[in-house]
Amino acid sequence: MSTPPVALPPPAHARSTRTPTGSSIVYGVVGVVGELLITIGVLLLGFLVWQLWWTDVEGNAVQAEIVRELGFETPAVAEAADDGVAEPRRDEPPVIDEPPHATTFATLQVPRWAGEQERPISQGTDRPTVLDVLGIGHYEGTAMPGGVGNFALAGHRVTFGKPFNRIEELQVGDPLVVRTVDTWYVYRVTSMEVVMPADVRVIAPAPNQPGVEPTERVITLTTCHPMFSARERYVVHGVLDYWAPVADGTPAELLG
Amino acid sequence: MYGWLWRHLPGPVPVRVILAAVLVAAVLAACFLWVYPAIAPFMPFNETTVGEG
Repeated sequence: MSTPPVALPPPAHARSTRTPTGSSIVYGVVGVVGELLITIGVLLLGFLVWQLWWTDVEGNAVQAEIVRELGFETPAVAEAADDGVAEPRRDEPPVIDEPPHATTFATLQVPRWAGEQERPISQGTDRPTVLDVLGIGHYEGTAMPGGVGNFALAGHRVTFGKPFNRIEELQVGDPLVVRTVDTWYVYRVTSMEVVMPADVRVIAPAPNQPGVEPTERVITLTTCHPMFSARERYVVHGVLDYWAPVADGTPAELLG
Repeated sequence: MYGWLWRHLPGPVPVRVILAAVLVAAVLAACFLWVYPAIAPFMPFNETTVGEG
């Protein structure tokens, strides 16, 4: 006697081969759209993390390398009485010419920003070739370090190494130490202000006096303000206190 | 979409977890290294230079 074959229900893994019903297609599409939206959200969050954290990681490393590659010699410790501290000079300082665009020609050290690395200063202030890549930028056409007029610098407040992140900590009288290959220039902060981005008068040769012939050796730092915004600019002005040849040692302000 | 991906990863669950983590890390690394630097100049909050654009 033969028994007829018993029809078994389709095995579990074959159920997915059924033609989907209309409502399950809709749910499927909604599911994919939902997952895509969440994915886009995560990617946008990732972009923020990249911009606000990773560009700093990269920027600090790259800028430290640039300073090393400058090959500025360590000031020799002079003999006998002098303990390596450079004697301030207040006569006519040497002033180098403006170099070609994107050339690194100096460094900046700010004792008030304890823990900050020495930052390179390069010619130009555009983002793609200088600010995002090389650190601090020098406004083209403004004075060079030690020169009569306005040695005007721009730097990021956040991102790309954020060289001017701690600009609000500066107080009147704080030293700003600029170094070229063989000269120290020690400036002192005289004032700070918050202006609109278009207020380019702050980098005029005589700050805030456009058209006036300059008589002082001034430095100006500009960066975005408030933190994380580019709505305004935070501006710090300073004046040259003294200069010294690197061969004479290190400014006392850096040995504090 | 992610369910489909999960079902098609080989191996038992712990292996799939590791593979999924590797895939996520690879996508994020690709974003950090190529995608984000490429699109950053086009983000509206990155226009900060007066007199340009």
